[in-house]
Amino acid sequence: MPEASILVRDLSKTYDKGSVLAVDKVSFEVKPGELFGLIGADGAGKSTIFRILTTVLLADSGTAHMAGFDVVRDYRKIRNLVGYMPGKFSLYQDLTVRENLEFFATVFGTTIDANMDLIKDIYDQIKPFSGRRAGKLSGGMKQKLALCCALIHKPAVLLLDEPTTGVDVVSRKEFWEMLKKLKAQGITIIVSTPYMDEAKLCERIALIQNGRIMSVDTPVNIIKSYPGKLFAAKSNDIYKLLKDFRAHPEIESCYAFGDYIHITLKDPSSSGLEVLNRIAMENNHSNVQIKEIKPGIEDSFILLMSQQKDLVQLTTTK
Amino acid sequence: MRNLRFLLQKEFRQIFRDKIILAMMLGVPIIQLIIIPWAMNLNIKNINLSVVDNDHSTYSQQLITEIGSSGYFRIISADQSYRQALEHIENGSSDLIMELPDGFERNLIKEGRQTIGISVDAINGSRASIGRAYLGSVINDFNANLKINQVNLADTLTKTQGFIEITYSNWFNPHAEYKYFFVPGVLVLLLTMIGGFMTALNIVREKEVGTIEQINVTPIKKWEFILGKLIPFWIIGMILFSIGLCVIWGVYGITSTGSLPLLYVVAGIYMIALLGFGLLISTYCDNQIQAMFVAFFFILIFILMSGLFTSVQSMPPWAQYISEFTPVEHFIKIVRMIVLKGSGFYDVLTELGYISIFAIVLNGWAIWNYKKTS
Repeated sequence: MPEASILVRDLSKTYDKGSVLAVDKVSFEVKPGELFGLIGADGAGKSTIFRILTTVLLADSGTAHMAGFDVVRDYRKIRNLVGYMPGKFSLYQDLTVRENLEFFATVFGTTIDANMDLIKDIYDQIKPFSGRRAGKLSGGMKQKLALCCALIHKPAVLLLDEPTTGVDVVSRKEFWEMLKKLKAQGITIIVSTPYMDEAKLCERIALIQNGRIMSVDTPVNIIKSYPGKLFAAKSNDIYKLLKDFRAHPEIESCYAFGDYIHITLKDPSSSGLEVLNRIAMENNHSNVQIKEIKPGIEDSFILLMSQQKDLVQLTTTK
Repeated sequence: MRNLRFLLQKEFRQIFRDKIILAMMLGVPIIQLIIIPWAMNLNIKNINLSVVDNDHSTYSQQLITEIGSSGYFRIISADQSYRQALEHIENGSSDLIMELPDGFERNLIKEGRQTIGISVDAINGSRASIGRAYLGSVINDFNANLKINQVNLADTLTKTQGFIEITYSNWFNPHAEYKYFFVPGVLVLLLTMIGGFMTALNIVREKEVGTIEQINVTPIKKWEFILGKLIPFWIIGMILFSIGLCVIWGVYGITSTGSLPLLYVVAGIYMIALLGFGLLISTYCDNQIQAMFVAFFFILIFILMSGLFTSVQSMPPWAQYISEFTPVEHFIKIVRMIVLKGSGFYDVLTELGYISIFAIVLNGWAIWNYKKTS
């Protein structure tokens, strides 16, 4: 067995007797102590992968290993090694913060105090509410408590399924700070998120769409591997500009991005700025601003998504 | 086993924390045990009677007085005509009309026979039939006590013709009191509700809220989780049973004629069967509303077909078969046998066997299905 902490090979899973393909031949590996991100839109298959890795769901085909143990054969061992925080808050709402922690500590055969060093930073924040019922906590507090409960048995691998969905910006930032600290303690973390800005905070990410992994690499490499140049443009009538660009044969792709439109050209050798300015002039736009920009992770994701779509269309037309 | 202890601790914490559930589980059954048996009294009294006396003779007056003093009837009107009396039936103030024809006394004496008319409002079927039967027996009584008949009776007796006299003695319930029959049944009903509903809803709630997902990734084994759910409700059920026994002793003065430990053994096995039933429902349902509906459907059938309210023997044969397939029917039978009759272990062995089969089948099925789904 290689040294990888998580090793996934050709994992497939269908729902509803094979009619819905949730995970399609997914392969990736996570090194020990790595902070790994699964990035994808809702319904991409992230949660399904998590549930297979945490041994609560059986895959149709393929294998997965956690810390060297097979998720099917050695599921009992894995359950002792893995901390899992489901996407939905799954603690006992009618038990207090302290009672929830105690309960999960005891079922793993440990105590809160034994692992206090691991959860101290997080637990200190919810300590003032330790007598409050979990159901009465705010969203951010619930996340922290859930994280504490997932960590209470000092897991080797921590799986977090969309931990920041529905949490305010400040709490999200804090949450990622906590993850970095945990990583520093040598815990392998695999986290899923639909937010692209969080992707940059991971060491390596897997971009996933429709149950398939499109790319696995560091965020920097994924951005670096962006082919061609990317331009941003805006004018007084931004919607018309978008339509005009899209209608033009020299434009490869064109999509709205914040205040700007992001554009790529079919011919990478041509001088993009000139071409775009010419198109804008031809269509009588005023206040036109066009500049070349560095692509972000979103741009890579959108590009990979459109490539995958083309691939799907290609295979279906064949 | 260590995990089981923590699961139980958690479960009891949750149960004791939910004050409404706790009150519903312990308070309501006691109150129901105090109230329902009185409401369910099938001894019909206060039957409203309209009398049309066309004879106005000594005999007719005697008969009316006798009916009035029987304790079952309230004579609400003495009408001039049948038509007038019928109005009382029509507006619902009267249940029965008794019409005594002109020449009632004369015909009785001269011809030794007389027909009288009874009309019954049959909207409330049981009230109508019981009222008619009561009235019939009062009239028979009156008939037998008529001087003219007694003279005849004496004649026939001297002629040594056969005469059968019937005397009753009610065994195991000497005064044939309805509450003796019914109260142990209500106790069974309450155990059934707690056992069937609470477990089903409790486990489904873990599914619905998603906590089962978190439990599934811990080293807790499935059998620990299931036992962790069943044991608290078993204990609560047995406590409830004890409270119920105290209530029926305090309020109705009913104590078990038979062995109390035997009663507890039977109740314990019955609770296991019922918990299995609740567990089975929870494995098929995904949310509490589904579980509520399914449990309610079956428990209603259980209760109506169990012979708690009606006699199983008077059901059509197919319904009797269904009744045999409800655990409630067997348990009610045993409870009545032990409490009222003082039956021993060997007397209830067959029924106990049935309940044990229910316990094994329901729990086995539930565990099999629970394994399959997750």
